[in-house]
Amino acid sequence: MSELFYNAAPNATRVAPPLPEPRQYPAQKPGNAYLFGTCVLDLFFPEAGLDAIRLLEREGIQVHFPQEQSCCGQPAYTSGYTDEAREVARAQLALFAEDWPLVVPSGSCAGMIRHHYCELFKDEPATLRQVQALAARTFELAEFLLHICKVEFKDRGQPTRIALHTSCSARREMNTHLHGRALLAQLERVERVEHDHEGECCGFGGTFSVRMPDISGAMVADKTRALQDSGAAEVVSADGGCLLNINGALEKQHAPLRGQHLASFLWKRTGGAR
Amino acid sequence: MNSQARIPAVELSSRDLKHNAHNALGDAQLRGNMRKAMDSLMAKRLASMPDEYEREHLREMGNHVRARALSRLPELLERLEANLTRNGVKVHWAETTEEANRIVLEIAERHQAKQVIKGKSMVSEEMEMNHFLERHGIEALESDMGEYIIQLDHEKPTHIIMPAIHKNARQVADLFHDRLGEPYTEDVDALIQTGRRVLRKKFLEADIGVSGVNFAVAETGTLLLVENEGNGRMSTTVPPVHIAVTGIEKVVENLRDVVPLLSLLTRSALGQGITTYVNMISGPRKADELDGPQEVHLVLLDNGRSQAFADGELRQTLNCIRCGACMNHCPVYTRIGGQAYGTVYPGPIGKIISPHLMGLENTPDHPSASSLCGACGEVCPVKIPIPSLLRRLREENVKAPDDPHKVMRGQGSKYSPRERLLWKGWRLLNRSPWLYRVFGFFATRLRGLTPSNLGPWTQNHSAPKPAARSLHELAREHLEGK
Ligand code: SF4
Repeated sequence: MSELFYNAAPNATRVAPPLPEPRQYPAQKPGNAYLFGTCVLDLFFPEAGLDAIRLLEREGIQVHFPQEQSCCGQPAYTSGYTDEAREVARAQLALFAEDWPLVVPSGSCAGMIRHHYCELFKDEPATLRQVQALAARTFELAEFLLHICKVEFKDRGQPTRIALHTSCSARREMNTHLHGRALLAQLERVERVEHDHEGECCGFGGTFSVRMPDISGAMVADKTRALQDSGAAEVVSADGGCLLNINGALEKQHAPLRGQHLASFLWKRTGGAR
Repeated sequence: MNSQARIPAVELSSRDLKHNAHNALGDAQLRGNMRKAMDSLMAKRLASMPDEYEREHLREMGNHVRARALSRLPELLERLEANLTRNGVKVHWAETTEEANRIVLEIAERHQAKQVIKGKSMVSEEMEMNHFLERHGIEALESDMGEYIIQLDHEKPTHIIMPAIHKNARQVADLFHDRLGEPYTEDVDALIQTGRRVLRKKFLEADIGVSGVNFAVAETGTLLLVENEGNGRMSTTVPPVHIAVTGIEKVVENLRDVVPLLSLLTRSALGQGITTYVNMISGPRKADELDGPQEVHLVLLDNGRSQAFADGELRQTLNCIRCGACMNHCPVYTRIGGQAYGTVYPGPIGKIISPHLMGLENTPDHPSASSLCGACGEVCPVKIPIPSLLRRLREENVKAPDDPHKVMRGQGSKYSPRERLLWKGWRLLNRSPWLYRVFGFFATRLRGLTPSNLGPWTQNHSAPKPAARSLHELAREHLEGK
């Protein structure tokens, strides 16, 4: 089909540019890495952040956690407060000065830094160069573990069935939704079950869940029902925002199921000290 | 049909998206119908584009064709007009829907027309042409089956391709039984036959046929119209006069440009390789021809499109080829249906085009009614970055009224000094490490005091309780302990 168009047309824009190459990863595992904790993890799932640090350390990486970090700026950005987002983003930029990878245990914050920072600073050439360099070394945790650390996990847990919820940004911005699966697939006693409309948004969307509570509520209700119907004993996600949304809804419904961060699940299954 | 449960769409206002959505969410029948229909449409689209590589190349191409056409829009429109005129088509320009309606009315009056038969056209919905003509004593009948059903039920279309997708066979059976006095049947084929029988007669009686346009080809002066039912062909050939109405953005440069767009359109919309009919209209009946109208008119409508055109980023909105894939894949649209938007174009495309057509003051909540999940942008055949455009419109929406940078009508309709102050506070907090640390300390230490009612959040969630100690603290301890 596409060939037809290639040959057809001298004067039309027939020749599409090649599809974006899959991301290139450094062959060497780095000695150092930054962790960007994300504001949601910081307050609500701090253990997940700590487990991410432990997972990286176990791979022989020295992890750096600049204490001055706060939020990537995403909430303001997606709410239309672009200036505010830019200034908060600027404050983070200064903190990751060394040329080490920046590992983010959340698809949407990773997507913010990797893609939207460039948009935020498009009118400041000097900052833009800095931002582009940072974007190039920003990785989502699962992606980093799989492709750069090339982890090989040993399953030390009891047999279990889990459902994996991937955030929309992991799916559509970072293209990392398959990485979580690949990591989980290394655990031989973990069976991953699919849930209904797995690729569909859980309804969080940051301030969307507050601005449009009815619509968001309908979405999270369908998501939590699907998760409960899937037959999974545990729910895992690599995104703090989705976890906040899904867990909050499950709790409100008095359902016994709860979601946990992928980092915590992986750490526990592979012999973490908890 | 349970007319109690039906949303009186005609009265739904675009300003009340939240309220409309609330009502729609309570309609179990609607939610069930929508979910089923959208699931099937998603599956069909995917099945018709199994090769990811080809699909992505084709989308890239579609995007380029549209972007190139838009980059030369004024020039292409002039060429279109010149070539159509040469072919004997009368071209009219309308800046507003009122103007467009007046043009149609003038033509109708000149021909002393009493009956108009219409093919599917979203631009005519924009113009509310039916009501306008009826007010002037001219009957306008929809001939697309879905549109006909909607018209019978005094509703507005719920979808740009399938106007009656929110109804199931039982509801249509009830409707035909009630309004047409037909014997009750849920047999879809029989229902379609009934509709056809009623409409066939009308085609022959009509003085004027009205249609939309899928692509207007500048180089040849050709109007392309795709459809499945044959009603488009009937309404553009049987009546003695044909009036096509279209937005100014629908122009493409040449016929070859249409090939990828057509393939994308039909597969994205209904998963079809091609539609049953592809009509190419290049002028009125010539002396030696057996059929076709004696007069063909094209009305080119702006209605806010040039506002979108003026901004390089927002211009991408006009790439749209109206396939409906974005709505089919939108989790919000799937749940509330098209009518809740209160606009002609619902779903993701509606949320980015309606603010241009109607002003942000009339669509204040549209840009916010999205979780920015990105499903729409992922499927859009011409690669409109719908999520970023939604974000951009949110930015325009909260601008201060005295902002000197004016890009669109109704800009700043969601401006709230209080909300702005809140975000300024948020900025201060996140830019000042010591403040953030103090905040983190109190949020964790006083977690017991977290209120259980957090307004809209606790409508669907229990109140989230901060952890006993923040990641900042845990990480410091952990890393310093080494
Ligand atoms: S925005 Fe894209 S997906 Fe939506 S109707 Fe237009 S072309 Fe189709």
